[in-house]
Amino acid sequence: MAELNITERQAGDVTILDMNGKVTIGEGSVALRTVIRRLLGEGKNKILLNLSGVGYVDSSGIGEFVSSFTAVNKEGGTLKLLKLTQKIQDLLAITKLLTVFDVFDEESEALSSYN
Amino acid sequence: MQKENTLKLPSIIESVEKAAQEAAEFAGQNNFGDETLFAVDMAVRESVANAVKHGNKLDETKSVEITFSSSDNDLKITIRDFGAGFAVEEIPDPTNPENLLKASGRGILFMRSFMDEVEWTNHPEGGTIVKMRKNR
Repeated sequence: MAELNITERQAGDVTILDMNGKVTIGEGSVALRTVIRRLLGEGKNKILLNLSGVGYVDSSGIGEFVSSFTAVNKEGGTLKLLKLTQKIQDLLAITKLLTVFDVFDEESEALSSYN
Repeated sequence: MQKENTLKLPSIIESVEKAAQEAAEFAGQNNFGDETLFAVDMAVRESVANAVKHGNKLDETKSVEITFSSSDNDLKITIRDFGAGFAVEEIPDPTNPENLLKASGRGILFMRSFMDEVEWTNHPEGGTIVKMRKNR
């Protein structure tokens, strides 16, 4: 089974990526990068990463969130994070990235923030 | 109960997962708690990833040597690569505002954050040695 499974759904013009597994060096990080590049190629630049099913992220995974964030910004879009586990929230706090990312606990709240 | 375990892994990305599995097994066998297990897992993954990628530069002829040792007080981990070595003080602070949006450079911060002690030295015969300690 893949290290990270990503399921895509659309809510208006926001693309939600439901992520399950680990975002770590190698497969997990590459899987996220590939999906983000494809979405940007399709002109979808409002992206919400649902991390409720992500139990583990390493520095490479955090780096991939940052790369995704900057890639989406460059295309005039916005990437936000939804439903962080406590551990991921701790990692974002340690790296001071909570000051960079918009983070939400509720999907409806996240979706309305794009308007 | 195994008090010390040494392993030698090839310089491939898969070695990161292998080292983490060995670390979890060793910490579990030596009755360390969940908090230690998480910290050790994170620190081992980051240091082995650095050894494989930045130290040995994915050269499969070079190995990464890892030793776990356990006592009543702590768990110690030593990781050695066979690369050119580096000066840890020259690694930019990833929490500095100008570095926040960089894609890499956070591994050392995680190792320092989750372990009680982390020390880098250059081996006299080449390569970097990382020594880490986590209190029980």
